[in-house]
Amino acid sequence: MKELLTGNEAVARGIGLARVEVVSAYPITPQTSVVEEVAKLCAAGKLKTRYIRIESEHSSMACTAAASMTGVRAFTATSSQGLAYMHEMLHWASGSRLPIVMVNVNRALGAPWNLWSDHSDSLSQRDTGWLQLYCHTNQECLDTLIQAFRLAETVLLPVMIVMDGFILSHTMEPVDVPRPEDVDAFLPPYEARYRLDPREPHVFNILADSRDFMRMRRQAHEDMNRAVELLEDIELEFQNTFSRSYGVLEAYLTEDAEVVLVGLGATCGTVKDVVDELRRQGFKAGLVRIRMFRPFPARKLREILLNQKKVAVLDQAVSMGAGGTLSQEVKQALFDDPHFRTREAPLVFSFITGLGGLDITPEMLERIFKETIHASGPQEEPCWMED
Amino acid sequence: MNKDWWESPEFLHPGHAFCAGCGFIIAFRHILKVLGADTIVAITAGCLGTNSGFLPSSPIKVAGYNTPFASVAAAATGIRAALDARGNSLTQVIAVAGDGGTYDIGLQALSAAAERNENFIYLCYDNEGYMNTGVQRSSATPLGAWTTTTPEGKAGPKKDLPAIMMAHRIPYFATLTPAFPEDFLAKARQAEAIKGMRFLQLLSPCPPGWGIPSQATVKLARLAVQTRVFPLYEVYDGKRIILNLEPEKVPVKDYLRAQTRFRTLSDEEMEHVQKEVDFHWAELKARADWFASKADDAAL
Repeated sequence: MKELLTGNEAVARGIGLARVEVVSAYPITPQTSVVEEVAKLCAAGKLKTRYIRIESEHSSMACTAAASMTGVRAFTATSSQGLAYMHEMLHWASGSRLPIVMVNVNRALGAPWNLWSDHSDSLSQRDTGWLQLYCHTNQECLDTLIQAFRLAETVLLPVMIVMDGFILSHTMEPVDVPRPEDVDAFLPPYEARYRLDPREPHVFNILADSRDFMRMRRQAHEDMNRAVELLEDIELEFQNTFSRSYGVLEAYLTEDAEVVLVGLGATCGTVKDVVDELRRQGFKAGLVRIRMFRPFPARKLREILLNQKKVAVLDQAVSMGAGGTLSQEVKQALFDDPHFRTREAPLVFSFITGLGGLDITPEMLERIFKETIHASGPQEEPCWMED
Repeated sequence: MNKDWWESPEFLHPGHAFCAGCGFIIAFRHILKVLGADTIVAITAGCLGTNSGFLPSSPIKVAGYNTPFASVAAAATGIRAALDARGNSLTQVIAVAGDGGTYDIGLQALSAAAERNENFIYLCYDNEGYMNTGVQRSSATPLGAWTTTTPEGKAGPKKDLPAIMMAHRIPYFATLTPAFPEDFLAKARQAEAIKGMRFLQLLSPCPPGWGIPSQATVKLARLAVQTRVFPLYEVYDGKRIILNLEPEKVPVKDYLRAQTRFRTLSDEEMEHVQKEVDFHWAELKARADWFASKADDAAL
């Protein structure tokens, strides 16, 4: 049934549909309405979840991880400074191989204080061993939440669902809310393979020697890499039940494109409009929206980009002293091609914009496409688009 | 202490890596015997964190989970919530942390769990310093004590954690030591029987950290009680105080001089410590006496 929901409300609905057993969360703008909605649904008896109104994000992830370790489906949500405050625990959750799902509502990291969306909070957690899925509609937020538990519980790694603050979190869109019985069929109750169990006692996370430690890290890395194909399999099933799917990345009019823009998240909706407009004007523009950022679907991206001449990357986060975070990933994916030296790789242009919620307007996106088309090659420094 | 108790199952394998004479491990062995097999232990960084096993084996026979330093109370909260979510109200959850993980880095999570009145036991093994990292000061380190980060002796007094815990109005708070086993067992059993947050404050003599011989642990713990440096008492609901033992007063300097960590304390400073101890004892005794006189007052 279609309902008008904000992204945060869609997330709260997803918690109920996924039959999450423990939620531990702390309010932070712009995630706050998730915890409010969960509290409301719990108080009204519409959600059977145990909701712990915890005192900090560090504790929130510690609590969620411990609940997950005890064998239940566990969820939390955060944003920005809260995600940064969790950093230690993010490594702990992935190192413990816990299938936690978390929503991070993007917001810039201070200082100075800023409330609006960019991708620096989630992208700076890229090495924590969490899968990262970036959504671009409220429908996708809800659907991804349901898919994410299947994914997490199969690879035994935590999944971070990422959505732009305010743009998705506080904006209403029609969302097709799945029927609970359909979700139950797609996402069966969680039975942990390894858990804290007095009947079969184990002590988890004790000291490991270097050899064991390194072997465990390698296992996690290899298991995470499997998640690309696994998500595709899960999506096939999802498509059969719900008639929707998203892919690990979405290629929009790329086949004959002169310039392909690569981006993450909600802005990609605007990019699609701009691509349509540019094509009306006679410019062959295209878009690759990367939905799965970790594991990075490098091979899939290469399949699309290696036939291109020019790629513009929309960087909504910067690794200071190195450049746009996403463009680094794109360049590395191209470089990782076994035939890198024998074939011509596309030119990669980095456009840093939208930091601290700076509006990314259709006009700005048009300029990005046109500047890329007209330039002979990228400058050494990324291009900062400030208006 | 009966024969049945000593013959009841052990949940600590021999051959753990704790120091000889560690006060905590004696207590931990006994508390696990009280709680039994149906227990989950939340462990954090510190002596228990590093000695809870070396992959693939652990000296602990019950289910256990290690969590980073600041988070043991939050982890215990999560374990309890998950058990409750699956309808398991029988399994006991115990969070175990040293004074660093309790008085310092873990205080926020502990305070919040206490305020929510989470249903688990919290055991703080207070050895008055960061002993696992090689004897550094914590906020539980007493006045004048030498540590590697207070080479001139610690300037301020020990943080009054019991007062902080009492202010949370938790259902049960108790102090215990390895030197009074009957008292220890009674409190462990009381903690087991009560619902909500139960806090056990264990004075855990640390031979390397305190500068005492390994075999002096029980003697030092007993002296701490006899000198009234560490009184044995219980607090119900943050209000009703029961003094479990009123020892004849032994001079505090007997306790201080038995440890090399207080070697720089002058007689004058020891006299100051004596006054502090006397003051706190008088305060505690007055509150306990007042409650004893009101024992039948239903309003309490």
